[in-house]
Amino acid sequence: MTALLALLRRDIQVALRVGGGALIGVLFFLIVVVLMPFAVGPDLALLKKLGPAILWLGALLASLLTLDRLFAADHDDGSLDLLTMSRTPLELICLTKAIAHWLVAGLPLIVATPILGLLLNLDGDATVAVALTLLAGTPALTFTGMIGAALAVALRRGGLLLAVLVLPLSIPVLIFGVAASNAAVLEPAGFGAPLSILCALSLAGLVIGPLAAAASLRHGLD
Amino acid sequence: MTLIDLANPTRFLSLTAKILPWLAAATAILLAIGLYQSAMAPDDYQQGATVKIMFIHVPNAWLSMFVWGVMSLSALGTLVWRHPLADVSAKAAAPIGAAFTFLALVTGSLWGRPMWGTYWEWDARLTSVLILFLMYLGLIALWRAVEDPSRAARAAAVLTLVGAINIPIIKFSVDWWNTLHQPASVLRMGGSTLDKAFLIPLLVMAVAFSLLFITLHLAAMRNEILRRRVRALQMQQASQPRA
Amino acid sequence: MGRAAMRLTGSQLRCVRGGREIFAGLDFTADAGEPLAVVGANGAGKTSLLRLIAGLIAPAGGSVTFAGGEDDLSPAEQAHYLGHRDALKSALSVMENLTFWRAALGGEATDLDAALNAVGLDHIAQLPAAYLSAGQRRRLSIARLLAVKRPIWLLDEPTSSLDANGQAMMADLMRAHLSRGGVIVAATHLPLGIAARELRIGERVS
Repeated sequence: MTALLALLRRDIQVALRVGGGALIGVLFFLIVVVLMPFAVGPDLALLKKLGPAILWLGALLASLLTLDRLFAADHDDGSLDLLTMSRTPLELICLTKAIAHWLVAGLPLIVATPILGLLLNLDGDATVAVALTLLAGTPALTFTGMIGAALAVALRRGGLLLAVLVLPLSIPVLIFGVAASNAAVLEPAGFGAPLSILCALSLAGLVIGPLAAAASLRHGLD
Repeated sequence: MTLIDLANPTRFLSLTAKILPWLAAATAILLAIGLYQSAMAPDDYQQGATVKIMFIHVPNAWLSMFVWGVMSLSALGTLVWRHPLADVSAKAAAPIGAAFTFLALVTGSLWGRPMWGTYWEWDARLTSVLILFLMYLGLIALWRAVEDPSRAARAAAVLTLVGAINIPIIKFSVDWWNTLHQPASVLRMGGSTLDKAFLIPLLVMAVAFSLLFITLHLAAMRNEILRRRVRALQMQQASQPRA
Repeated sequence: MGRAAMRLTGSQLRCVRGGREIFAGLDFTADAGEPLAVVGANGAGKTSLLRLIAGLIAPAGGSVTFAGGEDDLSPAEQAHYLGHRDALKSALSVMENLTFWRAALGGEATDLDAALNAVGLDHIAQLPAAYLSAGQRRRLSIARLLAVKRPIWLLDEPTSSLDANGQAMMADLMRAHLSRGGVIVAATHLPLGIAARELRIGERVS
């Protein structure tokens, strides 16, 4: 337990000290959202309708891009070798790293949502609802993405190949995330079901992600 | 250096050399029977002659999922049992699975055309098959991106198994998403109420296509084994001193 | 200690990487108190052997066993691995790096100030690791061996990037570890600085 807490603390410290890793994710999120009106036109009614979809796509891409180096940095400097030799199961180490990543990269996205909701003409309730769906759904994105990040280490490849492999797996999260957000904007009655499924997806990811990531890391170190 | 782990694959090669001609012949005969029966099947009272696309579409759709199952078993073989043929099987199956999935997509789209008036409709079934196709392509890209087959094998195995868990979830989500946006699918099989005149040719075609897959898979595995031998020999040659 | 003397044994080890056989049928024993120096040409598999013992490469055949240690831990979990890469985060201070590894590795913890003192870094404990020279980074990695007590030391070119002074320090630390009944396996083509039994690998019968 002390080992995992130490790892959590180290990863957060490193992320906060090195060039604001968390900030770049939020900045990317902001830019994606700002680009949208240029693509679809500054029609506020249309933006209000597309708002949840835009926010979710932005969050999806931001989490995918920031996850790329989740394990690669530790692999490059040899930390991963030592972590596998520690007396803590590799699955828990992967889980801890993912949680640390979500705290520094996922949580800021959710904090930024109200500001971005303003730009997309979402009213107060809708913004809170979208933020809530992101809170329930972004862990699932992190846990799916961490499989890709572990494969990146095993394959010595990153970038596009991983996006191609991981994005289809995150379709369910996108579907239910946008559905829950839309329900909140249009008809609050339909909000509960997709939100619960979103939570279920995050919980399933919590189990599958670390198992798969540890399996690919264990074979990918040599 | 020695050639690695060839004892088992060697037996596989000699065994399949004997079986393959028979398998190929059986596939050809069954396909011929199935095609003839399909051609002779009556037209549907609603869909007319287009219903005959079903005899191609359904076996392909069935194989698109079956092949992922075969790859998942192979993935377990790679990760758990470390069988030397497992990753050969997984690698050989991926392009074949992608081809069947692609055919399922194309025939599904052709089948839907008279009813939808467009070649593509975001229909729940077709959308799921499209995502499956993308996942096959990603897996093939992974196999191709990495030079060392054993390294690629582990990663591909993990991804295949994650995919196997995820495919039902994706299917469920897409179905749910679809009912949210439009009425239910037009590509509807009658299921067990399907008339005998349709059911028998359909079953024959399903068996014929499954045999076709087995034949192609074994042949592709042979190629992959030979390709790896060539690679091993070339590496051996590279590590030898100049004469 | 009340335990039997420690002994690290590898039997019939076979290592395959990228379809290429690095070595096969390799046997070795490393006893407590006597360092084992793995020597051989470049590419002979010195690093591969160490990584195999450390559990970072799965052997294609054979096994590594460790007698006299803790039975419920694998040899890798009782080993320190000092590799080419130093596992340091530049953003963290010297002390933070060491504190992290003491907590993460798990094992009998010791006084960190003493460890830093032993490798001669105690005066810059609060500086970010980014400012360290190659030799100082090496020293900090070595401090990790002292921060957590593990009976097996797997050292890959332990004296590389160390000056004469540092090499003497490393020799002292190795001697102290051996005298406490520890096991050392070191891959090197430089003199280790202490008397060692040699394990020559990569001599092929062609």
